[in-house]
Amino acid sequence: MIKTIQNTGLVLLLIGFGIFISLPFLGSFKITPEVFEELISANNIKSELFISKVKTTILNNEFSSAYSLSSEITTAIENANAQHLKNKEFKQKIWTNPESLSFSIIKKSGNGFIATNNTLLWWLTFGLAIIGALLYNIPKVITLGAKGIKNNGIFSHPSTNRGWIGWMVFIFLIVFYIVLYFKPAYIVNWTYLVDTTSKALSGNDASQWFLYGYLYTVVMFVMAVRMYIKYRHNNYQILRTTSVLFFQLVFAFLIPEIMVRFQLPWYDFKNAFPLDYDFFFSWNLKQLINTGTFGLFILVWGIALTIIIVPILTYFFGKRWYCSWVCGCGGLAETLGDPYRQLSNKSLKAWQLERWVVHSVLVFALLMTAITLYAFFAETKEVLFIKTQNIQDVYGFLIGSIFAGVIGTGFYPIFGNRVWCRFGCPLAAYLGIIQRFKSRFRITTNGGQCISCGNCSTYCEQGIDVRAYAQKGENIVRASCVGCGVCAAVCPRGVLKLENGPESGRINPTEVLLGNDIDLMNYVNKK
Amino acid sequence: MEEHIIIIGNGISGITCARHIRKNSNKRITVISGESPYFFSRTALMYVYMGHLKFEHTQPYEKWFWKKNKIELIHKYVTDINTNDNELIFEDKSTIRYDKLIIATGSKPNKFNWPGQNAKGVTGMYHKQDLDYIEKYAANSADCKRAVIVGGGLIGIELAEMLHSRNIPVTFLVREPSFWSNVLPKEESEMINREIREHHIDLRLNTNLKQINTDTSGKTNSITIAETSEQIVCNLVGLTTGVSPNINFIKNTNISTNKGILVNSFLETSVENIYAIGDCAELQNPTNNRKAIEAVWYTGRMMGETLAQTICGNKTAYKPGHWFNSAKFFNIEYQTYGWVSNQPKTHETHFYWEHETEKKCIRINYNKTTQEFIGINTLGIRMRHSFFEKILNEKKSVQYVLAHLADANFDPEFYTLYEKEIVAKFNKENSCTIQLKKKSWKRIFSKA
Repeated sequence: MIKTIQNTGLVLLLIGFGIFISLPFLGSFKITPEVFEELISANNIKSELFISKVKTTILNNEFSSAYSLSSEITTAIENANAQHLKNKEFKQKIWTNPESLSFSIIKKSGNGFIATNNTLLWWLTFGLAIIGALLYNIPKVITLGAKGIKNNGIFSHPSTNRGWIGWMVFIFLIVFYIVLYFKPAYIVNWTYLVDTTSKALSGNDASQWFLYGYLYTVVMFVMAVRMYIKYRHNNYQILRTTSVLFFQLVFAFLIPEIMVRFQLPWYDFKNAFPLDYDFFFSWNLKQLINTGTFGLFILVWGIALTIIIVPILTYFFGKRWYCSWVCGCGGLAETLGDPYRQLSNKSLKAWQLERWVVHSVLVFALLMTAITLYAFFAETKEVLFIKTQNIQDVYGFLIGSIFAGVIGTGFYPIFGNRVWCRFGCPLAAYLGIIQRFKSRFRITTNGGQCISCGNCSTYCEQGIDVRAYAQKGENIVRASCVGCGVCAAVCPRGVLKLENGPESGRINPTEVLLGNDIDLMNYVNKK
Repeated sequence: MEEHIIIIGNGISGITCARHIRKNSNKRITVISGESPYFFSRTALMYVYMGHLKFEHTQPYEKWFWKKNKIELIHKYVTDINTNDNELIFEDKSTIRYDKLIIATGSKPNKFNWPGQNAKGVTGMYHKQDLDYIEKYAANSADCKRAVIVGGGLIGIELAEMLHSRNIPVTFLVREPSFWSNVLPKEESEMINREIREHHIDLRLNTNLKQINTDTSGKTNSITIAETSEQIVCNLVGLTTGVSPNINFIKNTNISTNKGILVNSFLETSVENIYAIGDCAELQNPTNNRKAIEAVWYTGRMMGETLAQTICGNKTAYKPGHWFNSAKFFNIEYQTYGWVSNQPKTHETHFYWEHETEKKCIRINYNKTTQEFIGINTLGIRMRHSFFEKILNEKKSVQYVLAHLADANFDPEFYTLYEKEIVAKFNKENSCTIQLKKKSWKRIFSKA
């Protein structure tokens, strides 16, 4: 009976998911002259070459997929631009990014079944997948048995053991992020599914970013249900999961969209610089300053968040208050990513690499910001012969898109759920420095109780070799610890406890563990 | 030439000793093991079968560690010791010379001459090889229709949990009237009985094994119960009736043995320059109510720490501190600090609190007349080791412990705490008015 419910759930999930991934390959699109005129003026396009090309070969033609239409448009833009460049007609060149332009044109051109049946298709994709996932997960209250740690079979299941399911998920996520960042026009059909919600919140049609935020929030909710069931004996996990859900839904999803409705900038109040790497970019500063009092408030809040609130809270609670209670990246990692936490690399080599890479990203972010701010106040576009735009583009591409998205989430099923947080996040690096050197947070090791079993290290998503400290009776004070609390949860002997306490004695190297009455002081004094 | 220290056995005792010798000296260190090339945590083997871990996760040190710390490893069984020439003889007849020898060969599962005990499908659960054996004979419920476990101790219940994780039906034969009742008081023991049964384990108390029956190919196909002659059809039999020192290979040497290798308080055997630590050592004069042989992880580690001091020139007697231990019975964690026996001794009395619905309880053993705290058992509640170490050193009263339960608690943050209830129950039973004190970091971190 229960098995049937779960299997039904799995089938529904797969059907919903199957329809979802087939959508980008379907549909019909036709650019009408009205839509085209509107977009040309909205984007201030002056290229006669491009306009006439579209009018002769694309306009009023039926296209059977976003993919084919998009390639026609981007080719037309590129050809026109090449021609303009050759003729030195710089005023006619199209400066809008071809992929974004293509997205906005196609978004307005869908005319078939998919573009017009948003609600039905929402139920056939999101609806089926959500219901299916819940039907699959909720019966675990019974199937997992009494509450407690439930890690049976993790290392023998193909989805959590880098098996074939893991690799399939990996491929899907990588493709998803590449398309999202670099070919948004391909997924126009997905954005139709959430247009209704987007209009209700911001008043606008859904962009690919709205879709991403929506998907992100939905996935977090569904996987949080799984988390609640799995850790239902552990209040720390339950509260923490509730907290990340709240901040994702309210701060990352609802408030920014509602602000847009009131002609205010899209802003996530919990997203602190330098994770929010474009906060000090001149377009953002200008936008904030032009928004008046509220914009100034955001400006002051953003600065205060990074230089006052973050360090103070990290002093009192460790970086966990942000990374595993508030942050969106952390929120996804702790819900969607929880089944993969055991895949993080625990070797010393990985730790060395981590320290080099994550601190390099922090330095990169700070340098880029310094140059950007200098250029902003000096009202120039170049500093030391480097165009600020170029350095921003490089950062946005390498760190913002590839590292945080494609690698950070795509590699969940291969390298664990915190690849970005551990190796890439500049804010995590900053918080980590505070946590390591000036914080009350530590994971206390309970005297001599450790049996070196290795559950703590294995299930540490940040790849910390927790056992290396616990078996020596030492507290764990590590820059990278996000305080998820799972080491303490999986410990079979009650050895670990996350605590905020006095700084003195926080780091406690021990010679001999508690419970053995060797008096080494005599020996030391004799020497 | 630096002195050559050879350690036989790469378990927690041997490896702790090797690490501490390396910390304090530059001596040549060789660790020999026939069981596995690298140190692993024996207590974690169950999690490998259950799929929580892979075998490599049970190894606390990466491979480079041994080279970097100049600890040489030999993966061979030692078959004999020539104590006159300071020489070890391996199974392949090769030899190696030592200046000092440390024997840390641990235990082996007990077998009590049951008919059929060497049949195919009969195993202990102690060595890495036992794990491989169980994986072979009981990979899933199709291969193994039922397993029978004989012996109601810590390893028995772990084996039951292992097999349960793969949906293999288990019959669990326990000689005592209740699980581990020679150690646990009645209430705790009965709580574990319930936990076992709620996991659909067929728990048979007051039940002994008569014999193991085999088919024509020598494979186990059933067991017979001594009391009722009932036959239980099964494909795997786990013998978990305790362990004894693994010292067969030294029976022909002149090293004195009883059940284990006899050692004095400096962990020296009867032969000069030969020492024994861990499960295989038998103390001639145990102190502090300790047993002569303690097959416990923590004991092995402490002996390793102590002997390393002696080897490095700081002659140190083995002096374990206050008793502590822990275990996990399915979902129930168990911790103990100080002494709590299954029945109060004449000068002792017990205070016991149990949660109404959940499997959580606490038992404090204290002196009837002086009220001095003697020990505590908890199930489902974590306690702070350093707190009880200090309490026991300072000989505090039961009232002090109850008033400071908030300092003692080690449960994760946001857990529901039952301290008020516990103190109220004690107050009511003893007509007193202990007030629960607020948690104080100052007290928690003040040194004894």
